[in-house]
Amino acid sequence: MSVGSEIRTTPFHKMHVDAGAKMVPFAGYEMPVSYPLGIKKEHNHTRERAGLFDVSHMGQIRLSGEQAMSALESLVPVDIIDLPLMKTRYALFTSENGGVLDDLMVTNLGDNTLFLVVNAACKHADYEHLQHHLGASCELELYDDLALLALQGPKASSVLSALAPEVEEMTFMTAMQLMINNIDCFVTRSGYTGEDGFEISVSAQDAENLADILLSSDEVEWIGLGARDSLRLEAGLSLYGHELDSSHSPVESSLNWALSKVRRLGKEREGNYLGDNIILDQLENGSDTKVVGLLPEGRMPVRDGAIIQDENGNQVGYVTSGGFGPTLNKPISIARLETKFTNSQSKIFALVREKKIAVEIVKLPFVKHNYYRG
Amino acid sequence: MSIKYSEDHEWVDAKEDDLVVIGITDFAQEQLGDLVYVELPEVGDECTKGENISVIESVKAASDLVAPVSGSIIEVNSRLEDEPEIVTEDSMGEGWFIKVKLSDPAELDELMDEEAYNSFIEE
Repeated sequence: MSVGSEIRTTPFHKMHVDAGAKMVPFAGYEMPVSYPLGIKKEHNHTRERAGLFDVSHMGQIRLSGEQAMSALESLVPVDIIDLPLMKTRYALFTSENGGVLDDLMVTNLGDNTLFLVVNAACKHADYEHLQHHLGASCELELYDDLALLALQGPKASSVLSALAPEVEEMTFMTAMQLMINNIDCFVTRSGYTGEDGFEISVSAQDAENLADILLSSDEVEWIGLGARDSLRLEAGLSLYGHELDSSHSPVESSLNWALSKVRRLGKEREGNYLGDNIILDQLENGSDTKVVGLLPEGRMPVRDGAIIQDENGNQVGYVTSGGFGPTLNKPISIARLETKFTNSQSKIFALVREKKIAVEIVKLPFVKHNYYRG
Repeated sequence: MSIKYSEDHEWVDAKEDDLVVIGITDFAQEQLGDLVYVELPEVGDECTKGENISVIESVKAASDLVAPVSGSIIEVNSRLEDEPEIVTEDSMGEGWFIKVKLSDPAELDELMDEEAYNSFIEE
């Protein structure tokens, strides 16, 4: 990756440009937002076959040291100590006020070493956060020479297993070190689309070669950030800066499922992470706001920032992400609502350009997850 | 009379002295990507050159349609409400947006011809 220039590029930059991608600045990188197929067809291709995403802008961090697992537990409300070897878990960095600093994936590589994948826009702050709190007891490295590809969709497994048969043994949220045509790859069965799929970490130097091998399959097309967003929205997956931020706790963002039992009140390793008092209290007593799915009436997309009102015109929330779901072929939104309105039968409305659009509260995800659990 | 173009990437086709059909150019359509919703004005609404008259929603974002001329809206292409993809398929034909009765036909002279528009989008 280029260093020092204001806007950075990933090792796949030339491939994107050659493929005719529309490039946009994103989290300090020039990234492909769409290819000539267009967002809708890219979205559908991922749901029906297999999409290849360049996510090399994301942060890849190694955390090691005799106390690495217990050390990381002091920063996340998640069970890391009992994370089995080569298993991956979703986690959140919390702050003193219970807010979320970032969400991340954690894999136990063994030998007291953890591999973290964090959001692009947060990666330097995350690294400093880790350094500040754990620097004395752990060794840390934010990789600058690794690329990251995501291969997602119902055909992802057959495409990858044709190159490395051992991936067939992998289930959702497991990891494996393997060779693909003599290229060293670190693979997790995970993703951000709701589909079965893999994320593949590879050296910058082998990156283009690996992408060429994957793209040589008829099933695989490059997919841009535009479709990545519509896919994750349909899958009801949180996006940092939208459903998650530093002024809302994981409970307020409806991520109770991500808060491990063993770290909860009265359990073996209760609390002991930043903001634990606030988060544990909300887990027991509930929070004032929640994040929910919304189906707007009609065809007009209700996008992030739209105000949600009750029948009397009082604001009861706002949309955190919204747009059009190509798989559902209708507009979908995710919103932060006052908790008392999330179960009430009274009508609520979104304001779009001063028009009131009736919205129905629905369970997330909008499109069911197709993870491979064996 | 030939088709004229605005800097906001609309085309204006003068059918009769003071009656024009308005749509977005192929260039605009390509920039927007897949359209998912078009919010049209009402027949009878007045439009003023430079003001927003319609909203075009793509998968990515919402964009405004800016009136390239002033007048009253006498017809809207209501097919676009259910089939916004017509704009993607045929932006210069079936994908028209509105018909306007001009209040100031001289405004047409301020628009670009095809040659000027083509060099405008190449800049």
